[in-house]
Parts: sequence; C-alpha cells; structure tokens
Amino acid sequence: MTPRSSLLTQSARPLYWILLAAAVWVLLRGHNEPGGGFIGGLLAVAGSSLVAITLDVRAACRLQPLAPLPLALSGVALAVLAGLFGAAAGLPFLTHRWTEVGVSTVMLFDIGVFCTVWGALTGYVYALLDDGEAAP
Amino acid sequence: MLVLSPLLVPLLTALLTALLARQPVLRRGVSLLGAAALLACAVLLLFDVVRDGRQSVALGNWPLPYAIEFAADALSAALVLLAASVGAGVLLATLRWGETAEAEAGLHPLLHGLLAATGAVFLAADLFNLYVWFELMLISVLGLLVLGGKRRHGEAAFKYFAVSMLGTLLMLGAIGMIYGATGHLNFGALRVASVEPALAGALPAYLGLLVLAFLLKAGAFPLFAWLPASYHTLPAPVLALVGGLLTKVAAYVLLRLLGDVFAATPGILLEALGWLALVTMLSGVLGAAYHWDVRRILAFHIVSQIGYLLLGIALATPAAAAATAYFLFHNILVKANLFLIAGLMFAAAGHYDLRRIGGLYPAWPLLALLFLLSAFSLVGVPPTSGFWGKFMLLREAFEQGRYLWGGTALAVGLLTLYSMSKIWLEGFWKPQPHDGPAGPRPAARPSAAYAAVVVLSVLILAMGMFPEPVIRHVEQATAGFWSGALE
Repeated sequence: MTPRSSLLTQSARPLYWILLAAAVWVLLRGHNEPGGGFIGGLLAVAGSSLVAITLDVRAACRLQPLAPLPLALSGVALAVLAGLFGAAAGLPFLTHRWTEVGVSTVMLFDIGVFCTVWGALTGYVYALLDDGEAAP
Repeated sequence: MLVLSPLLVPLLTALLTALLARQPVLRRGVSLLGAAALLACAVLLLFDVVRDGRQSVALGNWPLPYAIEFAADALSAALVLLAASVGAGVLLATLRWGETAEAEAGLHPLLHGLLAATGAVFLAADLFNLYVWFELMLISVLGLLVLGGKRRHGEAAFKYFAVSMLGTLLMLGAIGMIYGATGHLNFGALRVASVEPALAGALPAYLGLLVLAFLLKAGAFPLFAWLPASYHTLPAPVLALVGGLLTKVAAYVLLRLLGDVFAATPGILLEALGWLALVTMLSGVLGAAYHWDVRRILAFHIVSQIGYLLLGIALATPAAAAATAYFLFHNILVKANLFLIAGLMFAAAGHYDLRRIGGLYPAWPLLALLFLLSAFSLVGVPPTSGFWGKFMLLREAFEQGRYLWGGTALAVGLLTLYSMSKIWLEGFWKPQPHDGPAGPRPAARPSAAYAAVVVLSVLILAMGMFPEPVIRHVEQATAGFWSGALE
C-alpha cells in the first residue's frame, strides 16, 4: 500500500460534504436548467468514491443514508411511485403534477434517479475497491 | 394503467423481494403474491383487448409519436398472459428446490425482473424501448446464469454475454440508422415513414442489420452455438423460463417488426430468412440427436423450433403470421413444460445424463405420461397442440409452392421424434444402470413443481383438443400483418 497523503485523509470528509452539497444543488437546478438527478447522482458517487479511496469503504458506506443496494432499490421505488401519482388521478403513468409551492412529482422522480445512480455506482466502486484491498 | 401492469407489477415485486434479502419466508410469499397479481392483470388485460381492441398508453401524457408508447394488441396481450403463466409455474417449481440460501435470495428479484422485461418487450411500441427492455431481459438472464457461483457458471455467462453484446451493438446500430433515415422510433410513425419511396434503397440494408441482430438473439443458424453452450448450466426450473421464453421473444420481435411495423419487407430478405430457417431447423435437431444430457438435447430443440418460427415469418402472409403466432404460443408452453419435467427427472434420478439414469417409468408413471404428452406435442402428433401449429404452417408452405421448405419441416418432425424417443427409452423405459447414481427416489418428489407441470400439461392438452378459439384469436390478431406493399 502506498503511503497516504495526510492532507488528503484529513480533507476527505469536508470535501465529501462539499461534493454532496454540489450534487444536491445540481439535482435541484436540473428542474429548469442543465443538471438533474443523473448528473447529481454522479457527483455524489464522486464524493463517496473519494472517501472510499482515501479512507476506506466502510467509512464511505457509513456516510451514505443507506447501503448501496437498498439505496438503489429505494431510488427505483421512489421513481415508480412518482409515476403512479399521475396514474392515481386517471392520467397516463408518469404524467407529472405540480403544486403551488414548487414541489412536484418530477422532483420526486429526479430524487429517485439520484438515489438509484448513487446506490448502484457506489455498489460497483466499493466491490472493486474491496477486491484491491483483499489482494496482498 | 392495466396496459402497464405486466411491467410495473413484476418490477415492484422484484424490488420488494430484493429488499427482503434476509427474510426467506416473507420473500417467497411476496414473490408468489407478485406472480399471482401479474397473472390476474394479464388475464384482465387480455379480456380488455379482446373486448375493446388495441389499448395503448403514452407515458407522461405527451403527444404521439414523441411519447414513449406501450400498447397491447391481441397478439401481445396473449403473449403477456403466456409469459405470466409460465412465470408462475416456474416460481412454484423453484420454491422447494433446495438451492443455496444466497442463490435463492438472488433468484426471486431476477426472475421477476426477467418477467417485467419480457412483458415490456411484448408491449413496447417503439424501437428504442424495445431495445432497452430486451437488454434488461438479457441482463436478468446473465444474473441468473452466474447465480450458481461455480466456475462453469461464469464460463457459460461469459459466452452468453459476449454473443449478446455483439447482437446488442448490431441492434443499436440498426436502430440508430433507421432513426436517422426516418426521424421516427414509434411503430405507428415508422409504419407510415418506412413505405416512402425515398427510403427504398437503404431500408433493406438497415432491416437486414436489425434482423441479423435478432437472429443472433433468437439462436438461429449459424449463430446458435452460444445457446446450448450457456443454457445447460442453469438449474432446470429456471431453464424452463429462460428456454421457454427468451428466444421466443426474439422470434416475436422479428414477426412484429417484419410483419407489422416494416410490412414492406424486401423479398430477398424473406427468401434468405426462409433458407436460414431450414438450416436452423436441421442443425438444431441433428445437434440434439448427438447429445445425451437432457438439458442439452432440449436446448438444441429450442434452436430447431426457432427454425419453424422463422419459416412462418418468411412465408409472409396473414395466414402464415397466424400460424407463427399459434406455434409461438404452443412452443412457449411445451418448451417450458419439458424443461420442468427434465428438472423433475433430475430430482428423481440424480443426473441429467441419459446414459446414467433409467427406470423412471415404474417409479413415476404419471411423470412419464406427462412427458409423453409434451414430447408428442413438440413432435406434432395429432391431436396435440403442436400438430395444429405445424399443420397451419405446412399448409401455408405447400399452398405457396414451397415444397422443399414444407418437406424439410416434415422431416425435421420425424427427427424430433427420434430424440424424444431417446429420452423416453433411455430415461423412462430402460432399467436403472448399475453404475448410475442413487436411482429413482420416490420420496424426493417436489410436489409444487409437479403441480406446475400438471397445470401446464392441461393447458397444452386443451390447446390441442380445442384449438378453435386459439386459432380464431391468432387469426384476428394477425389479420393486419403483411399488409404493406410486398415485392
């Protein structure tokens, strides 16, 4: 194992939160401008990967709201749920509804995409890193 | 909403069963409930379609042809119901299979994922969605292939993955070029756009590429080698779903695209498809004659049956399309049932190799009878379901003056009888060899799997004894096929 830069290990957690804030900002911005759940999700994956590489996989996993697989699955569930709101009102699946205060089912769908990307890709990253750790 | 249920119900079931990775009892319950709900939705959808005609939904309420459209017509609704029934049967058969705990935890989400993707392919009404769901179907199968966790499973999965990636690239390339040339992906829009004279020069090439991609995925000659090489490592009940459905979905897509969407298919493509169908039939049945592993024999017969379906597509008339659809229905049921029976044979005799097992008839007479029914149906002996499918197909071939095509199909039927009687004589009739494994164990009878086989056999028998409603249904479903400017 190569020696780690203490500068990097110390700043990994603050950087993670900054990246996560950027991810959420991109997610919310995607409503009317370039951005959205997918790109936001990728930014969050970048944050988690940073922690997983500089510290370890377990630390990165603890900082996520759920473990990778449940996170991805609940993301898909959230997206499907967002589609069902329109269907409940008798409109086709995925017809989106808006409320006065700016909360909409589109948002819910995008958060679902965000969680799916975050969960699925960190799942892959952690699996790959774990293999590297196990090898002598 | 009902139109989307064959996609949403199994998708939600897959999610729930994946989240319940640690609760085996609850997971099985949810999985069975999901399969039952899917079956109910499929029945309701078929009733709706028969009563009111084609049902379609444009996602997000966007206008067509820009919205993502899912549509159920008489053909796709019937296929959804068949897929749901086979899915429910296979789920019953896997319930008490005694695989490892981890394999079982992965099995349920993957099976439901496969069902969701299959349903979505049947219902997709645009090329790109067709591609997406077709890939999801293959990814689920890839997951099922590696579930065993042994080296040979990885090897089989790699062969399967490599070949299907090639097919995917061809498919995506063809779809991109068709989109570039017509500006459309939606089936309805393509139906109009594809007959424009400006396209006449390029369309055969694009279609050829698209057909090649699906031939690869259907396991047609000369691209079938991946199928027996990768399928035989799956546990038999899972194989029933994969072998019963997957290649048939590719055949359905070919029928839908060539017969319905691009009805102005150039004659040379159809001629080539017809000859390819003959070689596919022959190579499948000859490959089966050589093998002794029940799973390999049946896998080679998948290839051979795909030949019949391709023949029906190549004949290119509404009557031939009806025959193809009937054959498709019958084949999904019979193939799935034969694989389930192979699984029971394995449970009883302890091995898939026919040289090492025997004596199943005295131990399990009912199973032997059920095997005979499905085997005769595969061969096409009257009055089984296979007879009507082959009869409709051959009548159309001879009426069109394709004597060589029809004659070969008849000869392949005889060869099919040879391999089926091999399984019968070696597995059921001859006494148990002394150096074989444990021998028939009547106590090890997995009753749920047995029940699934009985139900599927009843369906096959019903399709053979009372073919009129099914024939009327497929004739209605395919009445508008091949209506484009032929030649």
